[in-house]
Formats: sequence, structure tokens, C-alpha cells
Amino acid sequence: MSQSKHMSLLEVQHLQIEYPSRHGVMVAVKDLSLSVEAGEIVGIVGESGAGKSTIGNAVIDLLSPPGVIANGEVLLNGEKISGLTREQMRTVRGSKIGFIFQDPMTSLNTLFTIEQQMVETVLANEKVTYEEAYQRSIDMLNAVGIPKPELRIKQYPHQFSGGMRQRVVIAIALICNPQLIIADEPTTALDVSIQDQILQLIKTLCKERQVGCMLVTHDMGVVSSVTDKVAVMYRGELVEMGTTSQVLGAPEHEYTKSLISAVPRSDIKLVRFPMVNYIEAAEELHQLDIANHWLGQSQDQKAYQGPLLKVENVNLRFTTKDSIFASRREYVQASNNVSFEIVEGETFGLVGESGSGKSTIARAIAGLYAPQSGKITFEGIDLTALKNEQARRPIRRQMQMVFQNPYTSMNPRMKVADIIAEPIRFHKLAENNQQVDQIVADLLDHVGLGRKAGIKYPHEFSGGQRQRISIARALATRPRFLICDEPTSALDVSVQAQILNLLKDLQDELNLTMLFISHDLPVIRQMCDRVGVMRHGSLVEVGESEQIFTSPQDEYSKSLISLMPSFENLSKAHLQIASS
Amino acid sequence: MFTFLLKRLVQATIVMLVISLVAFAVKDNLGDPLRELTGQSVSEAERQAMRTEMGLNDPFVVQYKRFLINAVQGDFGTSYTFNRPALEVILDRLVATLELVFAATLIIICFSIPLGIYCAINPKKWFSKLIMAVSSIGISIPVFLTAILLMYVFSIELGWLPAYGRGDTANWLGWESGFFTLDGLSHLILPAFALASIMLPLFIRLVRSEMIEQLSSEYVKFAYAKGLPQRRVWYVHALKNTLLPLLTVGGVQIGTMVAYTILTEKVFQWPGTGFLFLDSIQRTDTPVITAYVIVVGLIFVITNTIVDLLYGLINPTVNLTAKG
Repeated sequence: MSQSKHMSLLEVQHLQIEYPSRHGVMVAVKDLSLSVEAGEIVGIVGESGAGKSTIGNAVIDLLSPPGVIANGEVLLNGEKISGLTREQMRTVRGSKIGFIFQDPMTSLNTLFTIEQQMVETVLANEKVTYEEAYQRSIDMLNAVGIPKPELRIKQYPHQFSGGMRQRVVIAIALICNPQLIIADEPTTALDVSIQDQILQLIKTLCKERQVGCMLVTHDMGVVSSVTDKVAVMYRGELVEMGTTSQVLGAPEHEYTKSLISAVPRSDIKLVRFPMVNYIEAAEELHQLDIANHWLGQSQDQKAYQGPLLKVENVNLRFTTKDSIFASRREYVQASNNVSFEIVEGETFGLVGESGSGKSTIARAIAGLYAPQSGKITFEGIDLTALKNEQARRPIRRQMQMVFQNPYTSMNPRMKVADIIAEPIRFHKLAENNQQVDQIVADLLDHVGLGRKAGIKYPHEFSGGQRQRISIARALATRPRFLICDEPTSALDVSVQAQILNLLKDLQDELNLTMLFISHDLPVIRQMCDRVGVMRHGSLVEVGESEQIFTSPQDEYSKSLISLMPSFENLSKAHLQIASS
Repeated sequence: MFTFLLKRLVQATIVMLVISLVAFAVKDNLGDPLRELTGQSVSEAERQAMRTEMGLNDPFVVQYKRFLINAVQGDFGTSYTFNRPALEVILDRLVATLELVFAATLIIICFSIPLGIYCAINPKKWFSKLIMAVSSIGISIPVFLTAILLMYVFSIELGWLPAYGRGDTANWLGWESGFFTLDGLSHLILPAFALASIMLPLFIRLVRSEMIEQLSSEYVKFAYAKGLPQRRVWYVHALKNTLLPLLTVGGVQIGTMVAYTILTEKVFQWPGTGFLFLDSIQRTDTPVITAYVIVVGLIFVITNTIVDLLYGLINPTVNLTAKG
């Protein structure tokens, strides 16, 4: 090697990763070349299935079988590290390259203490005594900001919160002073406020220790706030790479533009998300003559005067520690004196971090949980006073839910048409089977799946398509009120943009009232007319969404809004796309 | 912890009550105890007088209550065949049965864990495929057939091991057992393997599938990424997680195995409770039958409670002080 040529910390050259199977070879990553310098954070961004995690796994030779590196090589400090033997590779892992996984809940072994898991890492990679390794672990825990490390190190992973656990994972990844860290979606499973802390921690540690970092993420906000360079992946290919400000400020590739435009903006409310059909082209939405169609004729009730839904002083608690003595029982107050109103035709947003009680309220409204005290009135009927399922049934028809996870909220053994027809049949909303079939077909057309989708099973659809099925199912009872509990948090951004567009369109056509729950502030801003901010089971602030986002009154709302990842770069890109 | 134990105690009592009801129903309906007690010469009038005297004409509830009160004090009546308290007869034989169950459990643990792990980490090797094939055959062959086959091959054809009986026993710290003599051990091998044969394949498959699941989990991948040697990842990280569900299943299966001893003991003429139970049925020795049902039920309940406690001690995420 000539000294004149500059050597990057990590050099990936013409990397091709393939998954051979009986049905032919699936190419996960195609002819990829990139480099990471010391002290530099390179973001790899793309949507699910783009092959971005595969790159990180290939670098440390942990591809899940049957994946293989078919071509190309990986160099660390000019030394080839692809194609090493298992033992040679082991000396690279941990000591030269640290790895941070997405979910801190599953990347630590639940049966071992933090001490055992940290010390074994040092002992496996370096020749030191147990005492030395222990001391290093304590120091490292200090460095990642874990208070009282001497005490905490004796604990098991489940005794840590999600954010603290991710700090432990980062501490383990860095404890042997690696030159490179690969972080695979390190903050996806965490709340916004913790996400920011973790990202800043990774950034500081990288700069301080001159460690290179490959940050794999789907979140443009994360990319924009911490990375120096960014590589955009699309279906296994690198479509664009450059400095972050360049790629986000002046994207060249069509896909990058589409991806950026799909990111919900935190600074201004748009009517619709522009150009998002690059990935998953939905069928053309069939326009229905709503006024004359079955869907539009639902409303046997006249427009109700006053708020459609009223939640008054709702209290709900769960038992965390049971005891035969009432005084020794412990509870968590999931909902603490919550009151709000939703008027017909509006979208009311509930926002807050995980565990703040957003979903609990939604479930209480839907009648899945019974509150200990308080009233929930729908069209003037007190839902908490309903005695049995029979009495609740007409309300259930008026009120439908779209759940967070489109993979688990459908029966995998039922065909899509039957899934959608079930509520129609159950509530006896159609006269005969022919009519049911007709309605189901129209609904499928209307949510952009096409009527042929009815004969398939849920597993044949992608996440976004499944969420469309969930929406069609929710619409099948001709509801007036739709509860959307994190409807897009399991989806990619571009798919999210499509689903949010669909919900907006349907709401306009059918005059739906919506309760929209999300932890994602920009999404809330794009969707909601009014917003309630929740914390620890209490509603800390309610107001017009524009007002909350521009001048929040409550301290907590202020901090939450200030923590939204900065979108300065993105905003520029939005403008550029809009003007072109 | 206290609440947990209290709860388990209440549950155990309910289970034991149900079992006692079954046992009493058996006692109440199986044969006529007077036929066993009296000869041909006793007249019908005398029989009726004896019935009244013994309380056999009392209503069901009264008799059940009496049975319960006696049972709690360990009194299940006197065995007709042995003329000794039924419980004493059972407990005398229980050592032999537990010895057999213990030996079979040892065999299951020693074979299923290594073989299951081997199959999980080398899924494509021919030996793994052979183990899986043999184990699926093993599951489908009934215990008595395995027992007869083992006996035929190893005692009749090869003549290596004795075919029946318990052999010599020795006393060690007040425990009379065949474990302490060579003769006792040689008598133990065949019955123990026969008894293990029904559970062993099941456990091999269980260990294998649990281990495969653990090996594909995220923490295993993270352990590799930390630079740990493969052995440590396999035998420390994945294995401990594999053994947890095994413990739960194992607890239930040990109880089941006590029940399977009936067949094994009969075939090998093993002087344990199972053998005694079959004999008692033939002789309609109802006190012994009821005592057996109760004792086996009690063993079931105790092992399961111990397993639940152990699970809570090993798995830090299970908090016994919280909801039980």
C-alpha cells in the first residue's frame, strides 16, 4: 500500500450481498461502495427492505443465514476483514467494531446481571484481571450517564428503563475502545426525549474518542440532527451519498426527494403529503358517489348538537402489586382526572410518551377498559353506565378502532373480504350476502387496494396495505367516530404519508370524527385540529393544534416540542421540492 | 413471597380435595369390601349388621366427611391383603418407585440436554437427523413395548442385565436403596431406561427447538457482536435461557412419570407402588387404591409447586412478590 493514498477507517468496496433460496437468488445489497472516516457519523437511510441493516451485519460477518457476501470486500484501516475465519473475526468484533442494536429490550440477556454481561465482554477481548474489567465497566457506565453505577451494575436488564438499557448497550459496545461503531436503528424503540439524549450521547462519544460511526436509520429527523454524511439506500442500491446538508438540502435522486417529502413537517401544517407514490404505488382511489352509496347513507341519526364525545374526569388505575390487604396493594394511575371534548367532524390528537396513558383513554372510550370513576358520554349517552354488551352494541357500531400493529390486529386465517365483511354481518347492516359482497368490494376499491384483494389472506400484504385493510374494516360499520391508536408507527415514512393522506380524504368525504393517538409530534401536527398533551396519565394541556405547536403553555409541552428533531435541513429540501 | 406461597397452598388444597373426591368415589363404587372381609358362611342378616356397624349404609356426604377426616390423619383404612394400614404399605414401596423415577429423570437430563443442543447447533449433520428420526419413533412406541424389547435384547439374548426384580439393596444414612449396591444398579438400568424412553425423545425435541429459538434471538447476535467466543454464547447465554421453559415442562412430566411407573414396574416385576397398585386393583384392595391415588396426587402437587418456586428464583424477571 502506498503511503500517499489516504486510508479511510472503514472502506466498503463493491459489496454485493445475496440470499440464495430455492426460488432463485435475492440480491439484498447491490455493488455498494462507501467509506467512514474516524470521528465521522455516516447515516445510512432507507425504508424497510432497502438492505441498510444488511450492510452493518455484513461488516461484522453476522449476516443471518443464508445470506452471503457474494462479491466485494470490507477494509478496516486498510486491512481486509471480510472473509476471515470465525476466530479471526471474533477478535475484530467488540474490540475493533462495536455494535448497537435497535431494541435494548432484547439485545441484553435477561438472565444475567449487567456486571456479568459487561465484564465478560472485556475478558473475552483483552487480557486483564476481573477487577480491572469491573473497574472499566463502572467507568464506562459513568461515561454513558448511568447514575450510581456501582449499584446498578448488580441489577438485571429488566430493572432498567428502555433509555437506560440502551445506554448500557452503548457502554458495552464502547467498552473495548473500538474504532468503529455500527448503530442499527439505535433509537427507534425509544421515546422522543430519550431518543434525543441517546443520539447526543453517541455523537459526543464519537467526537471525543475519534470513533467512526455507521448509523443505520429510517428516520430522516435522526439523520438530519446527528450525521455528517448520509447514504440513501433504495431496494439494495445506493442511490445518493454526500454530506448531510447537501443530500437533505438539495437532493438529486427522485427517491430521495420523495422520501424527504413524506416526512411529516413539524413547522407547518400541510393539507396533504406531496409526491409519495415512489415506493408502494397504491391502486387509483376509486371515487364513489358517497351521497348515494351505502357508506354515505349510514347516518340514521341526525347531527348531534354539542360535543359528540365528552370525557369527564376519567380515572383508571391498574394494579401493579396485588395483596390480600388493601393497604399493601400498589397501583399505577393510568388515567388521572382526564377531561376533554371532541366535536363532530374534527380530529382530536392525543400526544405523549410511552406510558403516558394515551392508549388507555382510547380503550376506555372503546369500552375495552372500565374506568374506576368519571363519565364518558357519546351523543349524550353515558357509556360508563351501560350495563352489558347488548346495550353497548349500537355504540360499538358508531365507534371503530384502527390499531397500531397491522400485523397482529387481523386474524391470519381469514380472507380479507371476510375480515371486512364480519362487522357488517355482525351488526346486520346489509340485507343480503350479495349486498355485503358489493359493499366489501367498494370499500377495498375505496381504500386503494382494489377489489381483487378480497380473496387473499393478510400475510400476502405489506404493512401499509394491511393498515388499509384495517381502515376498510373500521369503515365497514359506517362509524361516525374513528379511534386511531398509533396507526402509522409501525410503517415506513412514505407508507405513513400515504395512509395519513387516505385518512384525511376519508374524513372529508364521510364527515368522520377522529381521535388520533400518536407519540410522533409532526404527525399530530399534520393530522389534528386540536391536541391534548398527556403525561403520567394526566392531560397537561389541551388546545388548538397550531397554538400548541407555536406557543405551548405548559412546561412539559414546551420541552416535548423543543425536543422534536431539528428539521432545518429538511425544511429547505421541502421548499426546494415545492418550487421545482 | 408469602402471598405467593399462601396462594399456592390454597390452590393445592383445592386440587387435593378434587383428587380425594375421585379417590373416594373409587372406594365407594369398587367392589364390596365385605366380600373380601367375610367368608361364604356369613348370612345376609349378619352382613347387613356389619354394614351398618362399618357405616357403609350412611349417606354419601357423611361417609365422604369421615373419609376426609381420616385421610388427613393419614388413615386410609387397613389393606385387605396385607392386613396393615394402607398408607404404610404404599410408603414402604414408594422408595422403590421414587428410585426408579429418579434414575429415569437422571437419564433424561443426561441425554436430552447434550443431544438436544447438538441437534440445535448442527441441524444439517446426519447424526442430528438420525437423532430426530429415532426420537420421533421413540415417542410413538408405548412404554411396555420398549420394556419388553429391552428385556428381550439385553437379558434374554445378550444376558447382560437381569430381567426382573429390584436386586440387593443397602442402607446408607437410613435410606434403603438399590443405588448403593452393584446388583441393585444392574437391576435398575433396564427399567429406568424403559421408563425414560417415553419422555426422552420429547425432551430432546424440546431442548432442540428451544435452543434453536434462543440462538436466533437478538441477544445472541449481540453476544457475538461483543466478541464473545462461540462456546460462551452457546453454553452460557443460550443454554440458560433454554433451560428455563424446560424446568416448567419437566416439573409436570416428573409427575406424569410416576404414573407411567405402573406399566414399567409391572413388566419388570419392580416392587414399587405401581406394581402394588395393579395388584390391588385385581384384588379389589380399595384402601390401597385410594391411598395410592392420593399419594400420587400429592407428589404431583408438590413437584409443581417446587418447580414454580425454582422458576421464580432462577428467572429474575419473575417477581414472586408481585401478582402470583
